[in-house]
Amino acid sequence: MQKLGDFKLPHFFNYPPYFTLQPVRDTREKQVQLWKDLILDYCKTQKIFVIGLEEDFALFSNPVIERSLSHEAREAFLSALVSEGRAEWLNKGHRKCLILWHRVQDWADIIFRFVKDNGLEDSVMTVEEIRSGIESRGTELHGIDRTILMRALRVLEQKGKLAIFKGTSADDEGVKFSM
Amino acid sequence: MATNYLPKADLTSSGRPVFLQNEIECSILSSVDLECDDIPNFPLLKSGLLILTTHRLLWLPDNNSSSNSSSSTSTSSAAVALPLSFLTHIFSTKKSVKTLFHSPRVRFQASLDPSKSVVMTVVMRGKGDTDAFLAKFWENWRARAWENDVQTQTQAAVVGSSSVSGSGPGSGSGGFYTREGAVRMVGVSGILRKEQEMWESTDKSLQEAFQDLNALMSKAKEMVILAEKMRQKLLSGSNSKSSATNDDEVGSKEEMQDWLLSVGIVSPVTKESAGALYHQQLSRQLADYVRIPLERAGGMINLIDVYCLFNRARGTELISPDDLLRACSLWEKFDVPVMLRKFDSGVMVIQNKSHSDEEVFARIKALVTNPDTLRTGISASDAAMTLGIAPGMAKEHLLTAESKGLLCRDISPDGFRFYINLFPEINTDDVYLVKDYGIYNTWVRVASASRLE
Repeated sequence: MQKLGDFKLPHFFNYPPYFTLQPVRDTREKQVQLWKDLILDYCKTQKIFVIGLEEDFALFSNPVIERSLSHEAREAFLSALVSEGRAEWLNKGHRKCLILWHRVQDWADIIFRFVKDNGLEDSVMTVEEIRSGIESRGTELHGIDRTILMRALRVLEQKGKLAIFKGTSADDEGVKFSM
Repeated sequence: MATNYLPKADLTSSGRPVFLQNEIECSILSSVDLECDDIPNFPLLKSGLLILTTHRLLWLPDNNSSSNSSSSTSTSSAAVALPLSFLTHIFSTKKSVKTLFHSPRVRFQASLDPSKSVVMTVVMRGKGDTDAFLAKFWENWRARAWENDVQTQTQAAVVGSSSVSGSGPGSGSGGFYTREGAVRMVGVSGILRKEQEMWESTDKSLQEAFQDLNALMSKAKEMVILAEKMRQKLLSGSNSKSSATNDDEVGSKEEMQDWLLSVGIVSPVTKESAGALYHQQLSRQLADYVRIPLERAGGMINLIDVYCLFNRARGTELISPDDLLRACSLWEKFDVPVMLRKFDSGVMVIQNKSHSDEEVFARIKALVTNPDTLRTGISASDAAMTLGIAPGMAKEHLLTAESKGLLCRDISPDGFRFYINLFPEINTDDVYLVKDYGIYNTWVRVASASRLE
């Protein structure tokens, strides 16, 4: 079976029509479904948060059969993810797409569990510390996209579980947990 | 039964009369009754189609107007034909106050059997140029085209070289000799005579000119007869094909047959002859004509090809693409074995009603599921070669098969190819799962085997 790094690719990745946007409705629905699952799966294992439509993305081309997705097809599959709430366009031109292999709400739950597990219920952390600190090492939070993290933190903030405040330097923010 | 009194006329499957050799259709009128008071129990021949040809007067029951279709079975009037040779007299119509209120009618005398002659009446209830019909009727009756046939046929039967014998008109022109220095020209009477001579000579040259035309036309007729004969010969020859000696001969024979098959339609429906019924009659004639090309094209033929073939067969009486389209769309209303079909792409074709897509799909499926094509897919030209049809047509079939979910496409720098549709076979819950059987399994094995090579 073909692999992309340590990611195991399904057989149909070598099926040429998989790389052409199918015009017939039923066929297309199935194709879109398979692509959505594959993109989410791949991003999750590879910790990829953002896909740039104009940049090379390993999944979007298959050198073995010499096929790659057209721009239209890329946009179609990512749009399908966006409409399901599993992705978001980062700009109006649809050039970059934020992939939410966990929904924002799920990310919030992960943070909540992380705080509980580490006994950080009443402590203060910077946003950077959550992303790359010692505590988050080995968890899914490690290396999380800043945009997604901030969204998840805001969800928790609205529930009164924490407070976000401006840090000493302009580009960093702090979080005061109160779980 | 009508056939007791009048000979029955043969019709084609689409309701056009079967013409005799050299018979040409001249005029068509609708809603015509044929009456005969002299014969008791003369069948009710009401509101049918009257077709005047050079040889016969045909009356066809009108079965395409839906209101009539049920009642026509009760009267059970079959198409009848009255050979013009039976006619002994055509009565001229008297113009009177009465005729203004009546439907126009034409009366004529015909001897159906040697002992007895009867008077029959054609009553025209529909719109149509009655006077023109009458004029044509007279003309055709007087022309006695059927007698020419007997002549030419016997001539043709003697030797194939009948065309050189120059029957009649050509040699007849020798009879027009010029009068040499007949009268001296004196005075007013001289001038008048000169005038008259000039007039006479113009008249003569005009006549000669037309005679030449007639000669040409009769020659053309002979050529058609000759071609017809050769075609018959070839057709009968192809039946006993076992005697064919070598491929080359067969090939040239087939080519010749091809040529002759397109020799043409002897009596094309024209606007002049059919008038308002033009499209309807054209439609029926087209349905008859298209049968053979359709058979050879495998049950489906492009409209553009039909247009070319049909016009070629018609020779000089060309029709416009618009007329063709209208003739085809009229098929829905008639009981004909062919139909017009429009593909999603807009391409229009003519196909047999019995033609089934299922059969084509089955062949396409067989084509895309062999080990090679499973891996590489097929292009329209691959399909065209295997199915024995034009690439354009093959593409339409592939696209239809795609829309039915049988195939799916692959567009790449290599071109536009079609593959068997594997998407339904893939399990969305476990994308790595491949069942132990089925087409997906076969494909996986074929695809991975090819990569190991």
